[in-house]
This record gives sequence, structure tokens and C-alpha cells, in this order.
Amino acid sequence: MNERLPKATGWRLFVKTVLARSYPRIIGQQREKSWMFWDIFLPMLGVSSYVFVYRAIGAPEDYVGFVVMGGAMTAFWMNVLWSMSSQLYWEKEQGNLALYIMAPNQMMAILLGMALGGLVATALRAIAIILLGMLLFKVSFVVVSFLQLLAVFLLAMTALYGMGMMMASLFLLLSREAWHISNLAQEPIYLASGFYFPIKSFPFWIAAAAAIIPLTLGLDAMRQLVFPTGATLGFISVSVEITVLFVLCVVFLLAAKLLLGHMEKLAIREGRLTESRR
Amino acid sequence: MAVTQTATAPANTRWTEGWRSFRMAAWLGWQIESNWADPFLFFIYSVVKPLASASILVVMYSIITNANFENPLFPYIYLGNAFYIYVGAVMSGVSWAVIDDREHYKTLKYMYVAPIRIPAYLLGRGVARFLTGSLSVIITITAGVLFLKVPFNPLEANWPLFFLALFIGVVMLAMMGLLLGSITLLLVHHSWGIAEAVAGALYLFSGAIFPLEVLPNWIRPVGYIMPITYWLELLRRSLVGDIAQAFPTLAGFSNLQLLGILVGLSLAFGTLAVFVFRYCDYHARERGTIDMVSNY
Repeated sequence: MNERLPKATGWRLFVKTVLARSYPRIIGQQREKSWMFWDIFLPMLGVSSYVFVYRAIGAPEDYVGFVVMGGAMTAFWMNVLWSMSSQLYWEKEQGNLALYIMAPNQMMAILLGMALGGLVATALRAIAIILLGMLLFKVSFVVVSFLQLLAVFLLAMTALYGMGMMMASLFLLLSREAWHISNLAQEPIYLASGFYFPIKSFPFWIAAAAAIIPLTLGLDAMRQLVFPTGATLGFISVSVEITVLFVLCVVFLLAAKLLLGHMEKLAIREGRLTESRR
Repeated sequence: MAVTQTATAPANTRWTEGWRSFRMAAWLGWQIESNWADPFLFFIYSVVKPLASASILVVMYSIITNANFENPLFPYIYLGNAFYIYVGAVMSGVSWAVIDDREHYKTLKYMYVAPIRIPAYLLGRGVARFLTGSLSVIITITAGVLFLKVPFNPLEANWPLFFLALFIGVVMLAMMGLLLGSITLLLVHHSWGIAEAVAGALYLFSGAIFPLEVLPNWIRPVGYIMPITYWLELLRRSLVGDIAQAFPTLAGFSNLQLLGILVGLSLAFGTLAVFVFRYCDYHARERGTIDMVSNY
């Protein structure tokens, strides 16, 4: 009756926190299936519009595939923006953030859990968008190297969610601006990262600057690996893109760790953790 | 009791109340939209999104056509996309007020007990988005004319037709926003996505960025029953008449016929919005969703 529950500490606590925070994201999706409809239906509307624009101007069919793949990747970007970067702002609004800070766990584990859960849940939506694109617009893929494709996807996602974790710590200091900034970071990023066209269309240095967003190179490399004309329209070689993505992974994860510690202290000092400026 | 008093109020009182509600809501909406940042940052925020959106289409078009901006298809796409900014701005500006007040600020219940007209209040909340949307439209079109050879000549434009079509269209969009806002009153889940979904669907079906002929046959009728299709055509014709008429979709209709269709469909949607609001308002009170915070 009075037996104490085993207490997790150290890395066990870290892993348990990661799993606990990812649980509601993965399980929540299964319980509330209507989210699937919205997360697939809305991007499909945009994808379809861009597909018909390409058809109206007589573009080669591979461009339709580029749009479908870009549309699938928007799911990840939206997830990083709204469910990673702004998440701590939502938590603050609902009063959960103070509980996270008070609990005997690491905020880094909370963020990793959010990233893991978001990644798994969003991957299902992205797959659904690609399958729908294949069905509706007869898009076909010819994979050059499954190994490279897997490496590009995993590295791009690690770097992207690392970036999301880093931004989440920056958003700790924001209030109402968080919503506006996330809202602003949609179309300009779709443009800069070439979600609907090959990034090679930009001058080299503009494309290189856009590569700071991991999806830019991730998308370019994946297009090179799955479309017959992909390699000719690629920005730089896939192996270079893999190397850069690896560097971005390390940089963003380290930056997230450092910034989170700093911002948490700053937010506590300035009393921003429990404020609600509407 | 309050409802009975409102229903039996003299007509001039109702108009006065309605106008006051609209005016104050417009001011409130402007404060909410703009006071989170300094004016310069707010200006940048207001124009970057639509310019980026237009730039995506410009890049797509220029890659495939080798930047052949002389083709009539380009101004068709560019102007359609520019004026479509109003659709998202006005429609979601009105309907989003319900979500903002109910879920975020938790003030919708206070609006209901205040001596105001709720439909006029919701319509007023869309004014701020209309103003920022207008700024975005002007900047997008100016950029197109200056840098992308959009063949717009102010001396040749049919300004009376333009302003008449613009006015009817904005009223029509506001009524569609009221329609969506009314439905939002009853929704607990996914209320945030309604306006976005409708705006996205209309972008696809109304021929905003490509002629309707590109769509499969079975989808086209959706575009033909949407007033936005005719509204965009009239705006294009009033600014770049010859080019807009080069596409077969609505080439068989004169400007007057298009105006007639636009007015007819706008009236139909406006009437529908009024009835839907009454229905949803009644049921929202019955179900207690006016003061509900779902945290969804």
C-alpha cells in the first residue's frame, strides 16, 4: 500500500519525458481522425491550384510531381512552425508552460518529444498527400537510390526539427507576436525554399542563402533522387547536399540546447513564463 | 428580453445601432490587427506575405515560359492572384472575429450582452483586414506593372466598372464571411480551418490563377456558381480589357451581363448569410456555444 513508485532519473527520465511528450501527438491523431482530413485537405487545395497553373502554362509533367512533393513537405514546415516554434507560446497561453518548468525534467526532453511526436504524425499526412497526388495527377516516381533518399529524408527532418526546437526557445519570449511571426513565415519560406519549383531557378547565392532552411536542400535532393529530370534541375549534387544537411543537424541541435538554457533563464528573469499579453 | 426589445426596435434605431456597432468593431479590429507591432513592422508584415505568394507564381511562370511576360496568360494569373488577396482578407477577417472573441479574448459573451448588433459587429471586424488587404493589392499590382510588364494603363482602364465591381465584390465577400462566421458559432472543432478551407477551395475553383478550361469538366460547374469567378473577370476586364477577354471561359458574356450575374449571385449569398446567421445564432444560444472555450 505504501510502496513507493520507482523513480526515473538521469537518461531514463530523459527518455521517459521524450516518450511522454510525443505520446499525445501520436495517439491524439488516432483518436481525433478529423485532423487528418484538415491536414491533408488544406495542403491538397494549394497543391491542386499550383498543378493546374503548371498545366495552364504547358509545363512538363515532372513539374507536377515537384509540386506534389513540395506540397507534402509543407506539412512538415507547418508542423514545425505551429506545433514546434509556437508550441511554447500556446503552452504559456494555456498555463502549461509553468508546469513544464516546475516538473523535474529537462525542457530539452520536452522539445525532443514534441519533435518526435510531430515528425511521426506529420509523416503519415505527408505520405497521404503524396499518394493522393499520385492518384489525382498521375505522378510517378523513379527512385535512383533508396539509401540516399532515406539519408536525405532523415537528415532533413532532424535538421528541420532541430531548427524548430531552436525557434521554440526564441518564441519563449514572445506573446502575441508569435502568432504573427508564424503566420508570416509561410509563403515567404515556400518561395525561398522552392516548395513548388526547382531552387536552381534562383541565382546561386540566393539559393545558397535559402539552404539555411533544411527543407530547401532536402527537397532539392529528394527531387533529384525520385524524378527522371530531377538531376538536371538539381541545385548541387546530392552528396554535397547530404553533407550540408548533416552540418545543419549538428548546428541546429546544439543551438537549440544552448538557446533553450539561455532563453529559459531570461524568460524567468523577465517574468515572461506566466504572462498572457493578449 | 433583450432579444424581444431588439426585434421590436424602430427601424431608425436599428440602423443607428447597426452603424455604431459596425464603426466601433472596425476600430477595434484595427487595434487588434495592428497594435502588436510598430507601424513600419506592421507595414512589412502586411505586404510580405502577398508579395511572396505572387512571387511563387511569377517564378513558376517564368521558369516554364522563359520569362515571356507578354503572353496574355501572365496578367490573367497575376491580376487574379492579386485581387484574390481580398477573398482571404475580407472573408476570414469577418469569420475569424468569432474565433478571436470566443476562444482567444473570451469576450464574445460580453458582445452579446452589449447593446450592439452582432452581424454588424462581425462585418465591422472585417474592415481592418480589408484595409491591409487593399494595401497588399495595390503594392502587388504596382510591382507587377513596374517590374513584370503587366500591361496596365491607368488612362485606358474602365474605372467606373472597376470601382462598381470592387464594391459589389467586397460586400459579397463580407456576406460570405458572415456566412462562415455564423457556421463557426456552432463549431467546436476545426473552426479555425473553415475560412482557410473555403478560401483555398475558391482559389482552385474560381479560375483565380488559371482559366477554368484547365479544370476537369466535372469540376467546372463549381466555378460557374461562385460569384468570385465573375467578380475576378470583371476586375480583369476593367483594368486590362482586351487581354482578359482573350480567354474563352466567360468571353461570351458582356460586362453588363457579368455585372448582372455578380449582383444576382451576391444577393443570393447575402440572403443566405442572413438566414444562416439567424439559424446559427439561435442554435448557438440554445447549445451554449457563445461563451464556450474549447482550447482546441
